[in-house]
Amino acid sequence: MLRYIFRRLLGAIPTLFLIVTTAFFLIRIAPGGPFDAERALEPSVLANLNAYFHLDKPLYQQYFLYLWNLLQGDMGPSFFRRDFSVQELLAAGLPASITLGTLALLTAIVFGSILGCIAALRQNSWIDYTVVATATFGITVPNFVVAPLLALVFGVWLNLLPAGGWNGGAPANLVMPVIALALPQVAVIARMIRGAMIEALRSDHVRTARAYGLPTRMIVVTHSLRAAALPAVSYLGPAAAGLLTGSIVIEQIFGLPGIGREFVNAALSRDYTLVMGTVIVIAVFVLIFNLIVDILYAALDPRVRYE
Amino acid sequence: MADIQIDELDLGTSRSLWATAWLRLRKNKAAMVSLGVLIIYVLIGIFGPMMTPYGHDQTFRDFTREPASLERYPRVDEIVPAAERVVTRSRLQAEEIVLDGDTITITATSRREMDERVTRYIDRSDIFSNTRILEMSDDNLRVTMQADVNRYLFIFGTDTNGRDQLARLAIAIRISLLVGAAATVVALAIGVLYGAIAGFIGGMTDNIMMRIVDILYSLPFIFFVILLVVFFGNNVFLMFIAIGAIEWLDMARIVRGQTLSLRRREFVSAAEAMGVRPISIVKRHIIPNTLGPVIVYTTLMVPKVILLESFLSFLGLGVQNPLTSLGLMISEGSRDIQGTPYLLIYPALALTILLFALNFLGDGLRDALDPKDR
Amino acid sequence: MTETILDLKDITVSFDTPDGTVEAVRGVNMQVHQGETVAIVGESGSGKSQAMMAAMGLLADNGTATGSAMYRGTELIGLPLARINKIRGAKITMIFQEPMTSLDPLYTIGQQICEPLQVHGKLSRARAKARALELLELVQIPNAAERVKAYPHELSGGQRQRVMIAMALANDPDLLIADEPTTALDVTIQADILGLLADLQKRLGMSILFITHDLGIVDAFADRVYVMRHGQVVEEGPTDQIFNAPSEDYTKLLLAAEPEGEKAPVPDTAPEVLTADDVVVTFGSGGGFLGGKRREVKAVKHVSLSLHKGQTLGIVGESGSGKSTLGRAILQLLPATGRVVFSGHDISGLTPHQMRAYRRDLQMVFQDPYGSLSPRMTVGEIITEGLLVHEPGISGKERDQRAMDALRAVDLDPNVRRRFPHEFSGGQRQRIAIARAVILRPTVMVLDEPTSALDRSVQKQIIALLRDIQQELDLSYIFISHDLSVVRAMSDTVMVMKDGDVVEQGPTQTIFDNPRSDYTRHLMRAAFDLKSVLREHIELTG
Repeated sequence: MLRYIFRRLLGAIPTLFLIVTTAFFLIRIAPGGPFDAERALEPSVLANLNAYFHLDKPLYQQYFLYLWNLLQGDMGPSFFRRDFSVQELLAAGLPASITLGTLALLTAIVFGSILGCIAALRQNSWIDYTVVATATFGITVPNFVVAPLLALVFGVWLNLLPAGGWNGGAPANLVMPVIALALPQVAVIARMIRGAMIEALRSDHVRTARAYGLPTRMIVVTHSLRAAALPAVSYLGPAAAGLLTGSIVIEQIFGLPGIGREFVNAALSRDYTLVMGTVIVIAVFVLIFNLIVDILYAALDPRVRYE
Repeated sequence: MADIQIDELDLGTSRSLWATAWLRLRKNKAAMVSLGVLIIYVLIGIFGPMMTPYGHDQTFRDFTREPASLERYPRVDEIVPAAERVVTRSRLQAEEIVLDGDTITITATSRREMDERVTRYIDRSDIFSNTRILEMSDDNLRVTMQADVNRYLFIFGTDTNGRDQLARLAIAIRISLLVGAAATVVALAIGVLYGAIAGFIGGMTDNIMMRIVDILYSLPFIFFVILLVVFFGNNVFLMFIAIGAIEWLDMARIVRGQTLSLRRREFVSAAEAMGVRPISIVKRHIIPNTLGPVIVYTTLMVPKVILLESFLSFLGLGVQNPLTSLGLMISEGSRDIQGTPYLLIYPALALTILLFALNFLGDGLRDALDPKDR
Repeated sequence: MTETILDLKDITVSFDTPDGTVEAVRGVNMQVHQGETVAIVGESGSGKSQAMMAAMGLLADNGTATGSAMYRGTELIGLPLARINKIRGAKITMIFQEPMTSLDPLYTIGQQICEPLQVHGKLSRARAKARALELLELVQIPNAAERVKAYPHELSGGQRQRVMIAMALANDPDLLIADEPTTALDVTIQADILGLLADLQKRLGMSILFITHDLGIVDAFADRVYVMRHGQVVEEGPTDQIFNAPSEDYTKLLLAAEPEGEKAPVPDTAPEVLTADDVVVTFGSGGGFLGGKRREVKAVKHVSLSLHKGQTLGIVGESGSGKSTLGRAILQLLPATGRVVFSGHDISGLTPHQMRAYRRDLQMVFQDPYGSLSPRMTVGEIITEGLLVHEPGISGKERDQRAMDALRAVDLDPNVRRRFPHEFSGGQRQRIAIARAVILRPTVMVLDEPTSALDRSVQKQIIALLRDIQQELDLSYIFISHDLSVVRAMSDTVMVMKDGDVVEQGPTQTIFDNPRSDYTRHLMRAAFDLKSVLREHIELTG
């Protein structure tokens, strides 16, 4: 088990390296530079800036320099907020992103599973139809549509919740962003669990359990839910990616100070180091999350070995 | 010994699996309604921008942020005040303004001498056109003009720049469908080719090719797309490539899985045992049998692609003004949800209905083509 | 008369399907008495399983049952779940056809045996565990103490079925319902499992209701028989009476469906058409490009054979014996080493392109009549596909004519050639598959389990058809099957395979009447003399 984790972490290094390299060169070979927008820079100032950020060196030297600094845990200074290092900016953005992401993921898992289960157990009842309809809605309607509509209804018309802002992570400020972010994933998970559960309930081994007079609770929880959870667990990887994508717009709509917004702003202003920093943080997060998902899957399914 | 009869054949009408699937699809009401809705969308996408009364980039400075209404702008009681404003803006003094149906007669005085060019001031407004002088006093200080009143219909209202939302919606639908179709074709081409090659060759080639797909899957791909679009400019063509480059992964997996399982099916072995050439096996046995899942998946991919385009446009990374797409309109609409909720609601509704229709049609097709309950 | 424990009266079962209501069981009456073994026999679709599922409240969601099923005075049909759960798994237990899917793959077999013990016997966890171990020993699982912690996928098919039996016996039931419990198993393992059941019944005294399509099992195993067809009981009575003096036509037909006759051996002077010398097939598994150990399995080990004109070589073996692999290797459909000579030409190791010239002479028919026909092609397109390759010059009209001839040759209406495979039954599909091979007028046909997926009565027709075609076209067959009676009826020489090796080879009569190796003898007894095998089992342990 530990060996497996170690091997997987080792295997993640080339992937991470690939990401860093691709991102680095993708940014650099693009036309235009970071200081194009600041008009009328004195040539001497510009030269100073370029020298400060090593932009005057050949590209391969910049690349190795960046890698070298990165290995030492230094992502360099931000190009635009020059008083801050990239690490500081990321550290400032992470609390909001992690809070939002974790809450949304938990919401998605808990509500998705419960709704999916109920729908499967009451197949073809009005409860089932309601869940399926809601799930279809959640999958179909993008969160950048849901979020402003939520803000409109609950923030503006009903005036129940603040329509935006972070406010130090106050619960009232979190409700709508979390719902908007989690909704598509709730929907996907609910649909998945429902389908897998229906299939599990029809499976031969559940027939065996019924033939042996096991109580319904055991049939549902022990013999169906675990099997039905398997596809949902392997979906958690893509779900996390979906949450990351979603957080970009959600942070923007609700004005939250997270990594996603940081990333878009950095990309738009060509803040090379900050873009690289966010990409690396996100990639590391995704890789670790995939590992956790695989371990969880193997723990649930004895047929899978740590190989 | 009793003679064993050969079980008799039902010699009724014969149907191919495609025909059976179509019959099943026709019974699925949600899918058929969706198909109808889609056809309407496509018609709007093709002909809509030609048929809307105003261009999508035409601005009406007199009518910014007008709410959606079935009544024509300006309303009857607004015409005279509007005329007064125009007259005042032209540095004239209105003496009498008479509205008679679609024409308005203005009598105005000025301290300075006027000539025919005075009509141009009036024509400058969106509301009045074709202004002509009926009577000019001898000292050229008093004029009576007659102008046609233009009244506009903005059933979906106008945006902050005074552009007709209906026209913008029509062009947005065109762009969204176009991007959806084009990017899907890109993803389809790459995915089918890649998956079919991996699945058909199998072995080590398949192993390596699928490993690459796995690695690409684990990348935060959307961030690369954003980088790509930001750094290489907002180019619609680039967006097709970027979106197609993400979406092909799923298609490759599906096609590869299908091909692989078909390779193991006995009818392919039977064809091989008969000496049928690999190219004919692919043509006669593999392609027709992969077509079903590919069609289903393509139908479900179109809404994903449209969603992605909207997502990028929402972030301001996609289609640029004055051209527009549903995502961009939603983004603009969500800027002032308090003041102009209709700017959000109509494009949001248009996108939602389109996505619903595509999803329902995809689900319907899957049910109709699903080999499980055959 | 002993006490009646299960009494079914006028049971009907119907299913709601998208194509309308299907009546699976139409008014069935059955009784099971204390301590007896009752068999329900019937072909696929006869409703034999559904009648019992209805009594046990295990019908699929779209099924409804009417009638009465009394267990010792308790009406089971319509009984509330809580009350029927007191009977299921305690008084009446079941074992099923697929031991792989019938056990939950996510739990150890120990945990699964403990569940009914804890639920019905109210045993503590520790005592249930101890009892589970006892039960595994009772069903003769080797190393029970260790195996109790195994997951179903770590056991063989026979062992899984033993685990199911252990579960069934856990609470000392009155009645054990066995639904085709040995159909998915090899004959020797089938004999072991049946022996175990017979032995346990003798010791524990429960009644057994055995659902099967296999008359051989019924004859060896059951006291009384119900014959079912199209959802109704056609005939019932003591086993001896049914087998010796059947009164109904359908029963007679079933009994006669056992393949019979023998093929006269071809004279030694008949020319040799195909020889194989020292054929070896190796499969590799594991070892991706990221390393990992590569395991190699020899599926066929140094096999040689020769086939004369008009001869049928039967290859017999259980699953994993390498018989199908050998068949494919001879046709160069798998990479293999060794020498294969067809009509004086060495065809081993030819490229697919070089091989194409010989393909028309070397045809193959596959086991699965559902999988071997391309679902999106018409029957006409399927059977003429070979002509496109080997006779590309002929016109479409001529191809059509040839298709009609081929269909007539397999006793199908030529008008079916515009139809699609999914519209045909299993037997008809196999005829189409044969037509596809015959249309090319081949010299040698490899028949890979061509009758295994079919009901006995259909099997017999296909065998008759294959024999006729052989005579007419002077064909040589390589006939691969696990079914000894079919092989006996078809072949003039037989080869017995086990684990990739040839155990024994010789004329059919010699192999079947005087087998030399222990394995062949074991196989023959399991297949043809089940009764004595069961008797032996009971004597050994009793």
